[in-house]
Amino acid sequence: MKEIERVGLPITHITTITPVSRMVGANRILPAAGIIHPVGDAELSPDEELRLRRSIVEAALRALTADLKEQTIFPAVR
Amino acid sequence: MIAVETKKTLRVVHYVNQFFGQIGGEEKAGVAPQAREGAIGPAVAANNLLGQRGEVVATVLCGDNYFVENVESAIHQVLDLIAPYKPDLVLAGPAFNAGTPSVACGAVCQGTQTTLGVPGVTAMYQENPGADLYHRNVYIVRSGDSAREMAQVLGRMIALGLKLVAGETVGRPAEEGYFPRGTTRDEVVQKTAAVRAVDMLLSKIKGEPFETETPLPRFDRVPPPPGVRDLSQAVLALVTDGGLVPRGNPDRIERSAATRWGAYSIEGLNRLNSESYDVAHIGYDTAFVKQDPHRLVPLDAVRQLVTEKAIGRLHEVLYTTTGVGTTIENSQRMGREIAERLRDAGLQAVLLTST
Repeated sequence: MKEIERVGLPITHITTITPVSRMVGANRILPAAGIIHPVGDAELSPDEELRLRRSIVEAALRALTADLKEQTIFPAVR
Repeated sequence: MIAVETKKTLRVVHYVNQFFGQIGGEEKAGVAPQAREGAIGPAVAANNLLGQRGEVVATVLCGDNYFVENVESAIHQVLDLIAPYKPDLVLAGPAFNAGTPSVACGAVCQGTQTTLGVPGVTAMYQENPGADLYHRNVYIVRSGDSAREMAQVLGRMIALGLKLVAGETVGRPAEEGYFPRGTTRDEVVQKTAAVRAVDMLLSKIKGEPFETETPLPRFDRVPPPPGVRDLSQAVLALVTDGGLVPRGNPDRIERSAATRWGAYSIEGLNRLNSESYDVAHIGYDTAFVKQDPHRLVPLDAVRQLVTEKAIGRLHEVLYTTTGVGTTIENSQRMGREIAERLRDAGLQAVLLTST
């Protein structure tokens, strides 16, 4: 992911263990919805799950448009 | 009357994950913290190694995923389970090269020290992210990447732990076999700094091993690329390290310690059909992603957003590899290779989803 940033592309890292992402040096970090389903939730109905997924993706996109000076962990979507 | 001095037998609590706690594998990684009397799993070996010096009075366990997904509350729950046993020492793991467990092991040791005033010791492999996260605050014994050396590693953890409990001076990292904590202790040595530096330089030139006195931090920083100006005009690419591969894993991406990545067409696909994909990853319970790949790669949501013109276009290739036990070197190489493809594809934005 840092290699992708190195070529100048903004990238949002959707991940559960955000401290590791920050330590490694990711700049745009968004907490995921869980280790086994980063953009999903098996407890939800398919419709609810898709709504959650969309919300997370939209938050990730907002992170992509943000101009940052430093590494940022964006607020989790729930 | 003869006064007999009895050396106190140390009380030890051993923290482990669901696997070492013998609850189950990845499918049990979501279990909440719980305590068991006596020693379970590696704590049995630890107990034997302690011999007369101490006893594992309890084993506290927590599911790896539960811990990292509830990190604020989980540490309190674990400490609340440890505290009543009034331990003199807490052992955690070892984590070896397992990343998710390493976070819990480091956090538990840090927590017992700060909150309970009880020394905590764990062990990790050099490349484990938990080592980088916690080595400054926690005594982390160096281990290899395999649980085959469990007994030796536990032995070193206990040796270090006993020193901590006794308040003895802990030797240098290289001597005692733990990760440098970044503390500087003045030592009087025979050689001046100038002589030591030149000695190191001569060794380096000769290709001989030498030990630096000030290791540089390992991870460089890349400044954040500017934000995407206009998403509605932008091309977005999806990348994952959750190991989603076409059925049959045609490129044979390794389920652990991957050296390969794949580029798979998602052209014309509005949905990822679970029949058409496998998940090549041993680091998490892949059943949920296998059931619905969108839980890892949000293709359906992104397609919706493209239709609504929130995003210009989705890049028609999905890049995937497997991020468990991946060496730093291979991760960097694969990252560079994928980055080159993305750069040449004329994109503006990327999402990476990780498990």
